[in-house]
Amino acid sequence: MTKYIIRRLLYMIPVLLGVSLIIFLLFNVVSGDPTAVLLGKNATARQMADLREQLGLNKSMFLQYIDVVKSAFTFDFGYSWATKQEISQMIKQGSYPSICLSVPAFVISTIISLFISVFVAYYRGKGIDLFVRVVCIAGMSISALAYILFFQWFFAYKLGWFEISGFEEGFPAFVPYIALPAIIWIVLSIGPDVRFFRTVILDEIYQDYVRTARSKGLSEMTILLRHVLRNAMIPIITYVVIQIPSLILGALLLENFFSIPGLGGITLNALNSSDFPVMKAMAILSSVGYIVFGLISDILYTVADPRIKFK
Amino acid sequence: MTLPLLSVKNLVVEFRTGEGIVRAVNNISFDIPHGKTIGIVGESGSGKSVTSLAVMGLLQKPAAVIPQGEIFFNGVDLLKCNENEMRKIRGNQISMIFQEPMTSLNPVFKVGEQIAEAIRIHKNVSNKVAWEKAVHLMNLVGIPNPSASAHKYPHEMSGGQKQRVMIAMAISCDPKLLIADEPTTALDVTIQKQVLELLHKLQQDLNMSMMFITHDLGVIGDIADDVVVMYRSNVVEQNNAQEIFTKAIHPYTKGLLACRPKLGANPRRLLTVSDFMTEEGVEKTVPVERIQIFDKESEVIKTDHVLLEIQNLVTQFPIKGGLFGRTVDHFKAVDDVSFKIKKGQTLGLVGESGCGKTTLGRSILRLVEPSAGKIIYDGKDITHVQHEELRLLRKKMQIIFQDPYSSLNPRMTIADILMEPLNIHNEGGTKAQRYEMARALLEKVGLKASLMNRYPHEFSGGQRQRICIARALMLRPEFVICDESVSALDVSIQAQVLNLLLDLQQEFGLTYVFISHDLSVVNFIADEVGVMYAGKIIEMDKASNIYKSAKTEYTRALLSAIPKGETKQSLASLV
Repeated sequence: MTKYIIRRLLYMIPVLLGVSLIIFLLFNVVSGDPTAVLLGKNATARQMADLREQLGLNKSMFLQYIDVVKSAFTFDFGYSWATKQEISQMIKQGSYPSICLSVPAFVISTIISLFISVFVAYYRGKGIDLFVRVVCIAGMSISALAYILFFQWFFAYKLGWFEISGFEEGFPAFVPYIALPAIIWIVLSIGPDVRFFRTVILDEIYQDYVRTARSKGLSEMTILLRHVLRNAMIPIITYVVIQIPSLILGALLLENFFSIPGLGGITLNALNSSDFPVMKAMAILSSVGYIVFGLISDILYTVADPRIKFK
Repeated sequence: MTLPLLSVKNLVVEFRTGEGIVRAVNNISFDIPHGKTIGIVGESGSGKSVTSLAVMGLLQKPAAVIPQGEIFFNGVDLLKCNENEMRKIRGNQISMIFQEPMTSLNPVFKVGEQIAEAIRIHKNVSNKVAWEKAVHLMNLVGIPNPSASAHKYPHEMSGGQKQRVMIAMAISCDPKLLIADEPTTALDVTIQKQVLELLHKLQQDLNMSMMFITHDLGVIGDIADDVVVMYRSNVVEQNNAQEIFTKAIHPYTKGLLACRPKLGANPRRLLTVSDFMTEEGVEKTVPVERIQIFDKESEVIKTDHVLLEIQNLVTQFPIKGGLFGRTVDHFKAVDDVSFKIKKGQTLGLVGESGCGKTTLGRSILRLVEPSAGKIIYDGKDITHVQHEELRLLRKKMQIIFQDPYSSLNPRMTIADILMEPLNIHNEGGTKAQRYEMARALLEKVGLKASLMNRYPHEFSGGQRQRICIARALMLRPEFVICDESVSALDVSIQAQVLNLLLDLQQEFGLTYVFISHDLSVVNFIADEVGVMYAGKIIEMDKASNIYKSAKTEYTRALLSAIPKGETKQSLASLV
């Protein structure tokens, strides 16, 4: 097992090299000269050359690639073109509000969805099951924007239960700020989550071992909670864990509408101002996140299913 | 006279489907006395499993309805019990073993825990006591080293051991009635024999009643007291086992008794149920020539043309280890195998699961790459041919797989399935000509041409295997490998498919390699038989000799494992 983890960690090296290459090609080769965007329409050739020199764009392609690789392994991403701040510092500051919003919202929505899924699986085929499925589809059919605008207007503005926007550091000071976006997050994810979990659980319910459990005289609820859920865990783990890296990015839309100064906001600003180093940093961070959490979900499989063993 | 333990009276079970109401069990009645074993025999779809699920109260509601009938267990009508009352009976007073030991256990719990669970809920004892009882039961059902084995997960056990665990689970609460639904069908013959003996012994020792469901009369020959024969949702005959085996009355029962290939003497083609009765169930007289014993030796094609020669073939799979998954060792699935097959003949390969017979078949077709040795087909070394040459070769060599349920693409019509090989090899002219070829071959394998545009799920197992055979023959191959091609079929269907394979061999001059775990089947169809064990062919002889003068202990074990039930009666006395 330890061997397996070490091997998987070593495999990260070629993957990161590949990721750096793709990011390098996207930003340094395909996207063309950023100085034109940075200096605006009236820049002189002289100014552009100076800026290129300053940003290290006149180095050879190979050395520029090495810079990308270096940043991927050291997490030292240099300075933002737009704000001139150190990027690792910006990320550190942005993470706090993002995590305050995304982690509670994610955990709560996953737990609620699992609970509802087991409930509707128990009543499969009955009226309540149909009702929940219809609500899920209806909920998924409405645009996220509609929820954000309506909830913000109704609960925060009309009823005044929550702050309309902004953020404050420290618990419990941030709670009134993140409560409403977190609720919207939960409402948005329950539809797809319940549909997925329900399908996975029902796939298991028709397996032979469930028939054996029934023939032992177990009650339907015991069978669901003890026998079926354990077996349904593998696809559920995959589905849940692979979402975690995107939590770091926060919720682009939610953070933007509620003026939460998180990583989502930083990314949006970077996109708007052609701030290449910040975009590169976010791209590298999320690929590292995916690789790491992919490994974590693989390790969790061995906990959930004794048939899976890594050597 | 005491009341029977279980008494089924005028039971009717119906299923509501999209196409209307299907009657799965039609007004059947039978009794199971205390301490006796009742065999319920019938082919798939005859309603025997539905009957057992009705007794257990496990029918899938609301699709299944019981409009009529009573099931008395110890004087209580089970059909009037509610779910809570049934739960107290299930696993406690009536328990059940299923056909598929591979999937019937929960893969993520230790087997000891799965046995202990039933004890805990019914006997209200502590975890520790239940676990100790589980270990004790595992010992009772003959699992080696039970206290350690209780900590194993199902995937760490063999099929036979898993079925023993299922049995331990079923007897854990000292049930009065044990229902065994085809408990040995998925197992090798030698394991089947052990499991049958175990069930019989437990039934006697614990003084249980047993309801043993099977499609194969031969299996229950030694253990059943009474036999109930079911056919198309009805009970057609029920009697004392002795009487059934010696004086069967209903033509369907006679057909079931006659269709199992016997070791040694067999007619040229196996008798089938359709020899005894018409589609409508009217009894027919079997022509005398159908039961004449056929001497294979007399008709062996005198040819010296060797179609396939295997020389010292080895197929090995790497065992990975180390930090970077280097190959540290090899597992030899096929270990130094050599044989020859003459054109138009059949070589039978027999052995148990894991002996390498399937890998050998696939190596011959180059579906798995052999590691050493030579494959010489029609005088040409094909061990290393590639690309176009290999593609041309594949036209001449075909394979029919074991499981007719999973080897047909469920989203293709029968016409598309049959025409696909022609399309791949660009054979058979225009689309209309290809369609015509497919239609002709479908009729040849005994299916109506009007079924061409149906999908696989609309066919029964036997019909699907016929489709698989037709698909293999579409390219007019010379050489066909049948890999356990009849093992998943009911005995009555098995006989039809075996007959079909022989008819086709005669008509097209096919050469077969026939792989099976059942020596009686191999013995019937093959001219020569090779016995495989641990990757090697340990014995090879003419089919007519091997059962008389087996040279190795292993072959003798295989021979003695064949159920003897059917041999009590000669074919002639059935007619």
